[in-house]
This record gives sequence, C-alpha cells and structure tokens, in this order.
Amino acid sequence: MDAILLQILNGLDKGGAYALIALGLTIIFGTLGVVNFAHGALFMLGAFCAVSVKALLSLNKITIDPTKTTAWGTPMEVRQPYVEAWFGDFGKTLLDYSVPLSILIAIPIMLLIGIIMERGLIRFFYRRPHAEQILVTFGLAIVLQEIVKSIFGANPIPQPAPDTVNGMIDFGAMIGIEAGNVVYPAWRLIYFLFSLFIVAAMFAFLQFTTFGMVVRAGMADRETVGLLGIDIDRRFTVVFGLAAIVAGLAGAMYTPILSPDYHMGMDFLVLSFVVVVVGGMGSLGGAVLAGFLLGILQSFAAMNEVKNVLPGIDQIVIYLIAVVILLVRPRGLMGRKGVMEH
Amino acid sequence: MKIFGLKRKDLLLFVVFSAVVLTSRYLFAPFGAGYPDLLQKFAIYGIFALGFNILFGLTGYLSFGHAAFLGVGSYTAVWTFKLLSMNPVPAIILATLAGGVFAAAIGFVSLRRSGIYFSILTLAFAQMCYNLAYSVLTPITNGETGLQLAQSDPRVLDVAFGRDYGAVLPPSDLFGIVMTGYSGFYFCAVVLIVCFYIVIRLFRSPIGLMLRAVKSNQNRLDYTGVNSRPYTLAAFVISGMFAGLAGGLLAVTDPLAGAERMQWTASGEVVLMTILGGSGTLLGPVIGAGAIKYFENIFSAFNEGILNSAFSFLPETLQHIVVSVSSLFVGEGWHLTLGALFMLIVIFLPGGLMEGFRRLRNLAVRLFGPGGGGSEPKPETT
Repeated sequence: MDAILLQILNGLDKGGAYALIALGLTIIFGTLGVVNFAHGALFMLGAFCAVSVKALLSLNKITIDPTKTTAWGTPMEVRQPYVEAWFGDFGKTLLDYSVPLSILIAIPIMLLIGIIMERGLIRFFYRRPHAEQILVTFGLAIVLQEIVKSIFGANPIPQPAPDTVNGMIDFGAMIGIEAGNVVYPAWRLIYFLFSLFIVAAMFAFLQFTTFGMVVRAGMADRETVGLLGIDIDRRFTVVFGLAAIVAGLAGAMYTPILSPDYHMGMDFLVLSFVVVVVGGMGSLGGAVLAGFLLGILQSFAAMNEVKNVLPGIDQIVIYLIAVVILLVRPRGLMGRKGVMEH
Repeated sequence: MKIFGLKRKDLLLFVVFSAVVLTSRYLFAPFGAGYPDLLQKFAIYGIFALGFNILFGLTGYLSFGHAAFLGVGSYTAVWTFKLLSMNPVPAIILATLAGGVFAAAIGFVSLRRSGIYFSILTLAFAQMCYNLAYSVLTPITNGETGLQLAQSDPRVLDVAFGRDYGAVLPPSDLFGIVMTGYSGFYFCAVVLIVCFYIVIRLFRSPIGLMLRAVKSNQNRLDYTGVNSRPYTLAAFVISGMFAGLAGGLLAVTDPLAGAERMQWTASGEVVLMTILGGSGTLLGPVIGAGAIKYFENIFSAFNEGILNSAFSFLPETLQHIVVSVSSLFVGEGWHLTLGALFMLIVIFLPGGLMEGFRRLRNLAVRLFGPGGGGSEPKPETT
C-alpha cells in the first residue's frame, strides 16, 4: 500500500510536466491546426529562463579582504553577489528563491517568444500540409536548442530549490499513515500542485472568459467564427503565446527536479506527443488526464518488482501504451469525433 | 525501345548517374571531397535517402523512425561478421533482410493510421528500439560502448573455408579485397547504382503509380475499390530494406554499431536529406544526402583559426564580429546550420534542390529562348 502510494506520488511530478506540455500542444493544435514540434524547445527555454535568473542574481562583486589571506599568503578575494551587497539578507532570500522568482521573468519572455514564433513563422504554415508544419517546427526546435547550447554549454546546470522546501517531507504522516514510510521530496509535491493550478487556471480561462469562449468556438469551427466578424487570427496569436507560457512555466519550475540541459526539450517532446495522442488529439481534458496517467504508469514500470518480471519495461511502457491505444481506440482516450481523422 | 527495361530517357539518366558515381573520385576532388571516407558516406546515405524517398516521396507518409532500421541493419551486419564471415556479401544481405523484417512488423501496425498519427507511431517505435538497445538488449547491442568485433569471434564460415586471420582484428574483405579506402567506396558505389536502378524501375512500375495515387488521394483510391494497404506496406518494407542495407554498409566500412544511429534526430536527418534534394524525384535524395554529408564534413572541420584567416581581409573589429557570429555555425555548431537549413528549405523551397534546378532552367529558357537555355542537360526526373 505504502509502496503503491509512493509510486503514484513519484509519477505525479513527471506527469505534471507531461500534462502541461501536452496541454499547450493540444491548444495549439486545436486552435491553429498546427503540429508544433518546437513545443519541447519552449519547455527547454522556460527552464533556461530559470537558469538565467539564477545567473543574473548571483553575479559576483569581487572585493579583496586585506585582513584574511589565502594559503599562498596573497590577500583573499571575497565573492559576494550584488543582490546580497545591496539588499543584505533580503538579497540572500532572493537568491534562494530564484526558481519560483523566475516565473515572473518567464511569463513575459515566453509570451514574447510565443508571439514572435507565431507571427514570424507559424502563421505562414496554416494552409500548408501537416508534413511541412512538422518539418519546419522540427528545424526550429533544432535551431533553438543549438542556440541555447552555444550560450549555456552542453552540460546540465543544477538549480537548487529554495532551502525551506529543498528537503523531504513525510507525506505518510500528513495523511495519517505510519510515519517514515512515504517520504517524498517536497519540491516534487509543489510541482504537482503547481501544475494542477496552471491546468485549472487554463481551463477556467477558456471556460469563463469571453476570450476563452471565442477560442473554444474557434476550435470547434474556425471558419464560422471568422464569418461572425471576429478577428480570429489575432486571438490565436495570443493563444499561441499562452501555450508558450504554459510550456515555459512547466520548464522553469521543473529545473530543481531535472538539471536543465539543451536537449531536455526534445526528450520531453516525444513523450508529450505520445501523451497527446493517447489523450486524444484536440481534447484538453484528455491531454491532462493522459499526462498524469502515463507519468504514474511510468513510475510503476520503474519499480524493481515490475522490472524483474518484464525487464526494460520502464523504458518503453509509454510507447507501448501509445501503440495499443492507437490500434484499439484510434481516437484516444477522450478524443473528439472528426479531429484529424482520415 | 527498352534496354534493361528502361526507356531512353531513364537509361540516359541511369548511365550518367553511374558514370558520375564511379568517377566521383576524380570529379569531386576539386571540391576537397575526393577521398574514400567521405565518398562512402555519400553513397551510403544516398541509399538511405533513396529508400526513404520511396515511402515519403511516393506515398507522402512521413516516417520519423527510419533510423531504427538503419541501426538494426548495422547490428545485423556486425553480428554476421562476428558469427559467420568477414565477407561483406552475407552481411549486407542479412542486414537488408533484417531491415525488411523490422519494417514489416512496424509498418503493419503503423500503417493502420495515416497523417500525423503515422509519424508519431513510427517515432514511438523508433524510440522504443533505441531505448531497448541501450538498456535490456545490452547483451546483443553492447549498450553504450557499441557492438565491436573481437578476436575470439567464431566466424564459422571463415573457419570452414580455412581462412585464418591470425592474432589481428580482421577488416571486412570481399574475397580477398579489403574493404577499406577506395575498394570500400567502390563496393558501396556499386550497391548504390544497383539501388538506383531498382528505384527507377519501381518509379516507372504500376506499383509506383499506385503509390503516387495514395499520395494524391488515398480516400478516393480506397473508394474505387483498391485496397491500398498492401501497397503502402510494400513501400514501407522496401524503404526499410534500403535503410537496413545502408546500415549494413556502414558496418562494412567500419565494423562498429552503436545505438546512437537509431536516435530520432538521425531519422530527422534522412528526412532533411530527402526534402533538401527534392522528395518524389529520382535524383533528389542522393543529391540531398551528398550535400548534407559534404557540408557536415566541411563545416565541422572549421574552427576559429580558419575563420580568422578567411575573414582577415576585413578591418579588425569587423573581423572579430564576423568571426564570432559565424563560429556559431561551424565546428560544434554544425547542427545549428543544419536546423536553419531545414527551416529555410521547408519555407522557401519545399520541392528541394531539384525544384530549384527546374526553376532555374525555366528562368534560363525564358531569358534566352528555348534554343539557348538547354545548355545544361539536367534530366527531368519527376
């Protein structure tokens, strides 16, 4: 029982990342009809927003402290981040909380990137075949990832979570099971809650605002909405920006769990596509559900008990499920009729 | 009149192609590409792209998992070397068959869906193969190290025919001709020419027409009572066999197989080769493969020093700027160039280089009149 609970928890954070990326992919596909292979790159860019914020905050001021000497007898250099010099303890806190803070920076940056991408490239591909959309966004993903590589290098850059939530929490004790059995890193739980919050916010936005209503109408029938005199293109640009923000935030908050490197986007992208297909192309709920489901399944497949029976299953379980789903229920778990069906 | 079953125009194309391939050692020498390692790559990836084109160019099904077949071919070939013989012939035959068998299995499942679903299914299968090769199948694939030859390999056939290589690791050899350097290249070149012949015949055959019908409108084809699935499956299997063959040849020229050949970025590369040259054309994929491998070779070799001397005619500060910008694109940054090229081609020239040639020729015809413009004998291949 405890082991099962622990595995479910283990799957939730990864599932949260899958769900957020898949959500953006589905929104873009549903509204713009574009298959965006560069969405993983947006996730990666979000993660590197966090890296940049951390790097900016920890810019050092080097002073020479004449009272101390190093082992070689030269005066010791003291490195102190500017924020600490300027703000004292508050600066220290800022530095400690660099990952959550990076959300504030990531939102405008990702919005900007999303809008530039849509206006500059994607909109020319609305009327072109899916194969060409896939290819051009694939090329864009390579370009973005190589640019990041040339700036930040090829090695993963670890990003610590804030100290207060960097440790483990005893989740078992919180819900009344015997203490010490279900111990879990706090940040992962926060990530799960965060992804739930973003998903809820996105759904609320689409469900309860006029803008969201127009977007949903556009997803159902783009042409009619256009005929009603609504400038659907402009709305869809914003939608693309929103999807970029969702992917970027998912990436920024994921950095304490997985040290970001330049190809993390590609790794997640393939899985997220599988998630979208399993959930059902064009179904937002399906994408979120399938994201969490596959994340949990993956963590179950990684248990030693399972691996002993079926070696290697943890590597391929997601793909296997995608294959089975596509063959048995081609529309996906919650797919709508008539979306991408030939 | 048909010779070798080819019409006159195709025959001319075939003869010119063969001549260019066989003399490429001298033809490409002025461009710094006249050495066997690179020419081998041209030929091998040419075969890979030719095969991919049968699927993508004719039927329009975009597979993102063809590198898996290439990897399977490589592993099969290396195992043939280890178990049977260092002769490349059984190795490439078995590699082709292995590619075909894998393609049949994966194609049977993937081809139930079309469009983007097909792309994602093939991608999923390829990633599965890649992950398995790295983890559970390590006894067969030797994981991250890659599969290598060893002195203690049985090599049953070689032993049966009394060949003893002594205490050295043998290179692969075709009845005594060692497959390194130019003999290796000519072996690949002959295989490429044979493949090209097969592709021409396939393009002109009724099956080829049927595959094109799938691309233009599969629904209509199905409604007219034709079961299109066997045709698409045939195309998938043939292209898988070409990929397996290419993988086998990679192992022949360098008996080593690693899982990174199966990664999906490798699949993306063959897509790019085909698109760059011009999908659906006969010659395009080979040209695309050659161009990519050529530029990969040139660009990866560049470094800051070469750039500095190349731009030394510029004023100091300008030189510094130009060098630092362009150094992003060369050496380690070759992939950036590749991605940018990918985008540019898809945006501006979806028909690939062949389309570009045709536009240029039309322009020439318009400018100089129909008589003077035909100076460049570029055969029409679509």
